[in-house]
Amino acid sequence: MGNKQTIFSAQQLDAYQSYVPFQRLFSRYRDLAPQLVPLDYTHQPDVKLPYELIGSMPELKDNPFRQRIAEVFSEDGEGNMTLDDFLDMFSVLSEMAPRDLKAYYAFKIYDFNNDDFICKLDLVKTLNKLTRNELTEDEVRMVCEKVMDEADMDNDGRLSLEDFQHVIVRAPEFLRYRHTPQ
Amino acid sequence: MDCEYNTSVLKTGEGCDTRNGKPTSGRKRRRRRESKKERKKDEGRGSRNAQHAVDSGERTEKERQRKRRKDREEKAEHVQSLDKSKVNSRDFAAKNKKNLKNEKTRSKGRSKRELEEGEAKQPQRKGCAKAEENEQDTCERAGKRKGKKKKHRKKVETSSEQESSEDGDKEGEGEDEEVEEEEEEVEKEVRPETLTPEELEKLKEAVDDKKKLIQALRGKPWPMKKKHSTLRESQEFLEKYEGALGKGKGRKLYAYKVMMNKKWMKFKRDFENFTTACIPWEMKIKEIESHFGSSVASYFIFLRWMYGINMILFGLTFGLVMVPEALMGRPYGSMPRKTVPRAEETNAMDFAVLWDFGGYAQYSVLFYGYYNSQRAIGWLKFRMPLSYFLVGVGTVAYSYMVVIRKMARNANETGGGDENSFNFSWKTFTSWDYLIGNPETADNKFASITTSFKEAILEEQESRKDDNIHLTRFLRVLANFLVLCCLAGSGYLIYFVVRRSQKFALEGFENHTWWERNEVNMVMSLLGMFCPMLFDVISALENYHPRVALQWQLGRIFALFLGNLYTFIIALMDEINLKRKEEDVVQFNMTMWEASLHNNTADNSTAPPLFTHPADVPRGPCWETMVGQEFVRLIISDTMTTYITLLIGDFLRAVLVRFLNYCWCWDLEAGFPSYSEFDVSGNVLGLIFNQGMIWMGAFYAPCLPALNVLRLHVSMYLQCWAVMCCNVPQERVFKASGSNNFYMAMLLVILFLSTLPAIYTIVTIPPSFDCGPFSGKARMFDVIQETLESDFPAWISKVFSYAANPGLVLPFMLLMVLAIYYLQSTSKSYKEANVELKKKLQMQNEENKKKNKRAALKAAMELEEARKAPSSRTAEQHYNPSHQHRRHDMADSRAGSFSSDQGKNGDDQAPFTDCRRSKPVKASASSRGRHANQGATAGYPAGHPRQSEPSRLQRVASTQRR
Repeated sequence: MGNKQTIFSAQQLDAYQSYVPFQRLFSRYRDLAPQLVPLDYTHQPDVKLPYELIGSMPELKDNPFRQRIAEVFSEDGEGNMTLDDFLDMFSVLSEMAPRDLKAYYAFKIYDFNNDDFICKLDLVKTLNKLTRNELTEDEVRMVCEKVMDEADMDNDGRLSLEDFQHVIVRAPEFLRYRHTPQ
Repeated sequence: MDCEYNTSVLKTGEGCDTRNGKPTSGRKRRRRRESKKERKKDEGRGSRNAQHAVDSGERTEKERQRKRRKDREEKAEHVQSLDKSKVNSRDFAAKNKKNLKNEKTRSKGRSKRELEEGEAKQPQRKGCAKAEENEQDTCERAGKRKGKKKKHRKKVETSSEQESSEDGDKEGEGEDEEVEEEEEEVEKEVRPETLTPEELEKLKEAVDDKKKLIQALRGKPWPMKKKHSTLRESQEFLEKYEGALGKGKGRKLYAYKVMMNKKWMKFKRDFENFTTACIPWEMKIKEIESHFGSSVASYFIFLRWMYGINMILFGLTFGLVMVPEALMGRPYGSMPRKTVPRAEETNAMDFAVLWDFGGYAQYSVLFYGYYNSQRAIGWLKFRMPLSYFLVGVGTVAYSYMVVIRKMARNANETGGGDENSFNFSWKTFTSWDYLIGNPETADNKFASITTSFKEAILEEQESRKDDNIHLTRFLRVLANFLVLCCLAGSGYLIYFVVRRSQKFALEGFENHTWWERNEVNMVMSLLGMFCPMLFDVISALENYHPRVALQWQLGRIFALFLGNLYTFIIALMDEINLKRKEEDVVQFNMTMWEASLHNNTADNSTAPPLFTHPADVPRGPCWETMVGQEFVRLIISDTMTTYITLLIGDFLRAVLVRFLNYCWCWDLEAGFPSYSEFDVSGNVLGLIFNQGMIWMGAFYAPCLPALNVLRLHVSMYLQCWAVMCCNVPQERVFKASGSNNFYMAMLLVILFLSTLPAIYTIVTIPPSFDCGPFSGKARMFDVIQETLESDFPAWISKVFSYAANPGLVLPFMLLMVLAIYYLQSTSKSYKEANVELKKKLQMQNEENKKKNKRAALKAAMELEEARKAPSSRTAEQHYNPSHQHRRHDMADSRAGSFSSDQGKNGDDQAPFTDCRRSKPVKASASSRGRHANQGATAGYPAGHPRQSEPSRLQRVASTQRR
């Protein structure tokens, strides 16, 4: 990588670096499409990587929610990502991200129709993605009912962010993200 | 003027503070200011006082406008920070209250205020109090999401300033300029020597707040750009003021601190990664878990945990006992206990003998008898006997500690019954592992998630099922009766075999066949193999839920194994007694033999003493080595049975079923033999009892932990392979949530039961006279006494002897019993309180649900009423859309810097405002009524918070009323 010197202004670097392992992520970002992403970032070029490229990253490609993740973190809502979006995504998905932040974005990811509530349709979609449609319709319906029953505190038939956080911060698995060797 | 007002609103809290709480600080500040800025103050006071006199009439009108604007801003922010909607509404209320308060204070202390006004509004102060402002905010809402709030406040302020300048208010502009001026002045002013202690304190607090903001920045759901700008701002602030605080050195110190902090974080993260990478077999277990469910995986996790413990036990015995003796002790062949006796020398190297741990294996560091009783060995003066004793005690103590700690942690993790309240939600929302980056793992994860859902659904249905209770009760009693019969039968069988083997032992083993010699071990292994199967068949009668059935099964096998183990120990005790009788005889013979040696040499006492080869010296039977050997043999035979069962029962069966299926008259795979399932309970218990034997025997055979590590290592791979290749998942896969502590409890019981006989032998039976590290002592624990007397100063042994006095020990034990009783009773009461609180919480939740329902109904009613209300309200409605519209526009314009989510919210808001806007167009009351009706009964269109509609209406109305 000797000749591929990336150029950022010192200020940019300083700002970025305090969040994420920036150089590594930038090279990841750039490796997705070397022809699209310039090395010189001092003028903040308007570059977006299409979802097809983002979704094919090893971190995402096996994730059933990859499209949702890309949509939530991208500025245009369609999964096309600028460098900032990309960094955003990784800083949230990293293990160091705080619980509340993760919960907030998890909520957005599960909220498929972007109405700021998780309704039954969202749940059905989530379940089908999680199990690859292997549950029968009855089973899915039952699980949805149970989830609503458990988590819906204000009984309005859908989960608000508060409901969701209430449920999720108690989950034992929630913070136990472990590295799986790849 | 506008700007001034706004800042004063922001500063009300502070103003109150200085007036009520800390008058001194205000005075001080004033004094300083007076001395510094006399001229400016005079100007300011004059102009401002005049303004107040003029403006007092206009104020109410202006206030209302401002409030409205504030309201709007609140709204905009509400839209922006979706996630904090609740807090925001609280915020809103707080602001209203504050406005009111402000008004009150104004009307009350007008004169006082006017006096102060000049000073309070003193630009200089405002500038220098820029930092204070922040800090005051946080003071007011101590602990309430500081960073975020501050940001909001700042925004409010800046926006209001912008607005005021937009209004074209000359004075406002002037004010703005002044502010800027003052800020510059402040910059010049920030020198530590010019600041009063309070201000320094406040500045410090502000700096701390900024630091907190920087730290918390990562946790904000903002896009990068915003984070960057905030970060830059606060960092600049810090750089400017941090140096001032630290009196010159602060900057360097700060930089150093930041650097170290970063390094430390990085190190911590790397270390964590390292430790997680060090967890062995994680992938294997995950794979198994995905195929066979968590119960099978729990066995392997347990196995891994046991492996860890045994590694540490092995490290202790190996490092502190075996290696020092091998390196520094006297070498092999130097003394009788370290030499193979002449009679055994011929076949000491035979495999059959070595396999039985006789011959050279018996006379090596592997067993107790090899160790010498020399107090200190080698150039290190290593206290061998003491070390041996302490390691023996230490292994047991360590095991107790680890098991109990693990139990406590498990109990903490389960959290007492809360785990089922969000079962399905957690499964839905948290079951995907976001770190999976491998298609195969992903497949497994999909499979395991599906399984877990099926498990949960099954459990749910199970709990609803209600069968014929009499029949099941009868069957359960019958099953228990049958199991008891089995247990009694096996107990009798072992007793019979042990008696027989004692008879054989008396007659001498040489006259008997291999089977007769190994009868006890073989019978025990066979019983351990077949009885669980029998229990399994019997438990089919009971029709329990699989998890309960597993626990019953575990309990039964536990009883069986325990019976076996204890009969074995009793037999061993008999043997020890036999050996000790033999030892007495040998000891007598030894003295005779020595005497005869002396007699031979007595003739010419000047000649050097006759050298006898250590192999020829007669020796005692050394019961300790015998016990160690027994345990080692038991472990070996147990391991072999396990492996052979695995190979025949699982692998061979699978092979036969798989390949004979082509030429068989019925379907073998689906029919009778089928593939085997993984037997969790049997394997867990096997592991536990194996560990029990290790604990029991480790004192007499230091090699046992090493053997066990080897065994566990092999069985980990073997069983992983066997499970993946020849077992099928259980028909009813179930969760193993609670059973983990069940295993632990059994392990603890076994630990206790296995240390009992070991401690009994150590304390009551005198050690052999010619072998082992304690030879020549009356009891093994005398080594402690000896060390205390010879290696420590006299007073310590005195203290010990006092401490061992029953007069002290008994009260101490009494105290412990009392403490245990006290702790137990308090924990009981805590538990009760916990249950009570949980109940209350649940009640409250239900209440809330009901209340919400009622609120929704009420809202519907209100809408109904609104429909009937006179058309005068339409004016209001006319006003509202524009209001809403403006608010919406504001939100949009503000959302410029905030990317997607704000934009989206704006979109969400859009249909709502649109419909509101369309109302006046429709105008007729009936159409509106229909609209309301729809909203109330037929459900709201997706995306519209149901509760927020009535409240919004009310809010709008309230602003109108003013």
